[in-house]
Amino acid sequence: MLAFILRRLVQSVAVLLAVGVVSFFLFRYVGDPINAMVGQDTSQQERDALREKLGLNDPAPVQFFHFLVNAAQGKFGLSYRTSEPVSRMILERLPATLELSFCASLFVLFFGVPMGVYTGLYPRHWSSRLLQAVSLIGVSLPTFLIGILLILFFSVMLHWLPSFGRGETVDIGGWTTNFLTRKGLEALILPSITLGLFQLTLIMRLVRSEMLEVMRTDYIKFARARGLTNRAINFGHALKNTLVPVITVAGLQLGALIAFALVTETVFAWPGVGQLFIQSVQFSDIPVMAAYLMLIGLLFVVINLVVDLLYFAVDPRLRGGGTARAGGH
Amino acid sequence: MAATNNPPLLEVRNLRVEFPTRRGTLLAVDDVSFEIAPGEVLGVVGESGAGKSLTGNAIIGLLEPPGRIAAGEVRLEGRRIDNLPYEEMRKVRGARIGAIFQDPLTSLNPLYSVGRQLVETIQTHLPLNAAAARKRALDLLKEVGIPGAEHRLDHYPHQFSGGMRQRVVIALALCAGPRLIVADEPTTALDVSIQAQIIALLKRLCREHGTAVMLVTHDMGVIAETADRVAVMYAGRVAEIGPVRDVIKNAQHPYTKGLMGSIPHLGERGGRLTQIDGSMPRLNAIPKGCAFNPRCTLRGQRCLVERPELMAAGASRAACWLHDSRGVGAPIGKETVDA
Amino acid sequence: MADWFRRAADSDIWWSFKSSPLTVVAAVATLLIILVSFLSPLIAPHTPFDPGSLNLSDGLKPPVFVSDEGDWTFPLGTDDQGRDILSSIMYGTRLSLVVGFASVIVAMVLGIALGLVSGYVGGAVDAVIMRIADVQLTFPAILVALLIDGIVRGLISVQRHDEIAIYVIVGAIGLSFWVQYARTVRGSVLVEKNKEYVQAARVIGLSPVLIMVRHVLPNVTGPVLVIATLNLGLAIISEATLSFLGVGLPSTQPSLGTLIRLGNEVLQSGDWWITVFPGATLAALVLAVNLLGDWLRDALNPKLR
Repeated sequence: MLAFILRRLVQSVAVLLAVGVVSFFLFRYVGDPINAMVGQDTSQQERDALREKLGLNDPAPVQFFHFLVNAAQGKFGLSYRTSEPVSRMILERLPATLELSFCASLFVLFFGVPMGVYTGLYPRHWSSRLLQAVSLIGVSLPTFLIGILLILFFSVMLHWLPSFGRGETVDIGGWTTNFLTRKGLEALILPSITLGLFQLTLIMRLVRSEMLEVMRTDYIKFARARGLTNRAINFGHALKNTLVPVITVAGLQLGALIAFALVTETVFAWPGVGQLFIQSVQFSDIPVMAAYLMLIGLLFVVINLVVDLLYFAVDPRLRGGGTARAGGH
Repeated sequence: MAATNNPPLLEVRNLRVEFPTRRGTLLAVDDVSFEIAPGEVLGVVGESGAGKSLTGNAIIGLLEPPGRIAAGEVRLEGRRIDNLPYEEMRKVRGARIGAIFQDPLTSLNPLYSVGRQLVETIQTHLPLNAAAARKRALDLLKEVGIPGAEHRLDHYPHQFSGGMRQRVVIALALCAGPRLIVADEPTTALDVSIQAQIIALLKRLCREHGTAVMLVTHDMGVIAETADRVAVMYAGRVAEIGPVRDVIKNAQHPYTKGLMGSIPHLGERGGRLTQIDGSMPRLNAIPKGCAFNPRCTLRGQRCLVERPELMAAGASRAACWLHDSRGVGAPIGKETVDA
Repeated sequence: MADWFRRAADSDIWWSFKSSPLTVVAAVATLLIILVSFLSPLIAPHTPFDPGSLNLSDGLKPPVFVSDEGDWTFPLGTDDQGRDILSSIMYGTRLSLVVGFASVIVAMVLGIALGLVSGYVGGAVDAVIMRIADVQLTFPAILVALLIDGIVRGLISVQRHDEIAIYVIVGAIGLSFWVQYARTVRGSVLVEKNKEYVQAARVIGLSPVLIMVRHVLPNVTGPVLVIATLNLGLAIISEATLSFLGVGLPSTQPSLGTLIRLGNEVLQSGDWWITVFPGATLAALVLAVNLLGDWLRDALNPKLR
């Protein structure tokens, strides 16, 4: 098990390094850091002096090393657009994105998994067919369109829920939260549904097909032959086996929520890191793009590790590898 | 050996199993009848596709849709069980009828320890508390010959070898002390060296517990060693049924004869192994009359048009006009067959 | 040719197509949308993006069937500039489809090529290509496309970007979807590579490229076609999303996504038709394509049924 985790850690570091290379090239060669730092009337001499001072004339590997050291400390320089430190801009906006993604994840898991289990257990029932059909429509609707339609219906027409912004937030030691005010919670509803709907249909379809697969296995048939109750079979044996493959995909999908949030944040004018990234792309604000890329890379690596650990918790075949076959005949 | 004068434990009468498909309904089991006495071992042999596994599945009420029982009845201890509601039948499965499937590697849930699977089965059918159920689970594991049963209880299926897993499966089938075990090819997936051990174990346990067995297999050797009586199935029907010794030594149906001829016997030197020409018909192309007639060397005109029922033949019963007073009818030439 | 038709009509694929009414509807809808949008210069009632033909007094007319203020010249209403929504949708759909098809082709060609090379050459080349694929898979396609778009923006001027926006977006989406093809093709190459006929072909000195094209590609036609169909839906959504985010096609050259963005800007005033009709067209198009993709996957892989 230790070897497995070590291998995974090495892989994670490799992925992070790859993302770091891309970020570094963005940072160093696509944008020109000097142009962003100085005014129009700065002389060429001053520019060269600054270039030397910042180490921009060092060999590329040395610069890359400095870049990584800085990135590890959260130093990504100043935004080309606002001249603020990139790390502060991102940290200010991170709570908004994380809270939104968290609520969307809850929405996905609380509805997606049960719906998948239900349609997997009763694939021929009319309500399963209806859910299947609706889910296909869900996959075909782009996220931003879902958001717009929700706004049109619940905000513009019914005036039930707010259509943009975070409502009221409470600041707890630098972390702004939506969870403590009624307005903040209301503001979370539409964006969470918008963000989660696509993943919800995905998870539902995945759980359904895995469930159908598991229900065909010999051990389910044997469980029936042992006269176990339907409840024990469906929610014990079948569901647990379904969860093994679902965990990976669900983990990655929920991680993807944080990245996907950029579309939802734009639709709802949600002040998160995704919106910041879109603005950066529009203005080609390279330091922010590079930092966002590193952040998403880090999140994915962490989520991957958590998923691997969950695997160990669920599947004994991974845990007890050493004693396999010890019994003999 | 067979206690034929006692009332039967299991009674199958005119069972038909159908599979509706997009190209018409297939008749997979056609008008099958037999009985099993308490404590008796009935072997069911036949080629794959002969309907033997489906008969077993129909008895335990686990036909896979769209397969269904179209006619006939199944009685266990006099009580009809083929038309029970799902929940009633569930209480019969495991409790009154145990089942063992072909592949022990896939019969056990990989994510639960064998102890948990045993305890769960025991508690489903018997009013025992957790400790008592665990005790019983342990006893069962010991009984099926798992060394170091105490600490193996908490092991997971992947930590057992194939033969050990099949022992666990047998323990699971015996959990609630069933009267009948339907064993579907219990040794086919195992190493040859382990097959004999498992068969011996099954035989011993059933004798000790007085449990009857319906042993479905394509292996005549296993039947010869284990069964009291044997039913030979062909194309969804019973071709011959009788005491195992008689069927093996003195087969009455031409198909059974062919089947026996294809088994090598130890100590019989020089004799050639025979084989039956052709292959079993597909379910959507079963010939009229006797289903075996295209491959039969003894057939007559009657076999092409009239379907034989089981009739007395020596010490057994066989579905063949050879044993009817009117015989197989006029002989036919090979060339007219296809017409 | 006649023989080909007879065989096609007799095949299982055709049978499964005919017996699924939903698929037939989806196919008809897809063809209809393609046909109408590509004929839009001929049949559209207006040329909405010719500034000379616009009249501000026609602005914000509602659709004819919801209000008396409607005007049959503009059956689905107009936007604030007086542009006919119906005509905008027809032209916009054409652009969306062009970008969708083009980026699927880019992804397919790139993916197949890299998959062939990766599987056939093996070793370090294989390892590098597949690790890149792994890393890219950890990022959502839309993010990759955004990044590529952002890089291009950093390298060229804004005006120049508007001119080549369509190529940038095709490239960005194409680059973000190649992985699936590459993996499928690579897997197939690895299987075929060691088969005897390929070894034999190698022994008699046929070029590896010829072997790959003749023997491996036919084997992956089915899966690649399924991926391509399902990706077409995704590519259309990606384009619409990028355009909606304002980093795709500019408003002088609007796709369905751009139209929805423009409508969204005035959504709060309740002029819903500017957004809803392009949105419904987009949804219908993607749904039809996805239904076809789903059906194709099931038809080519009977095991899943």
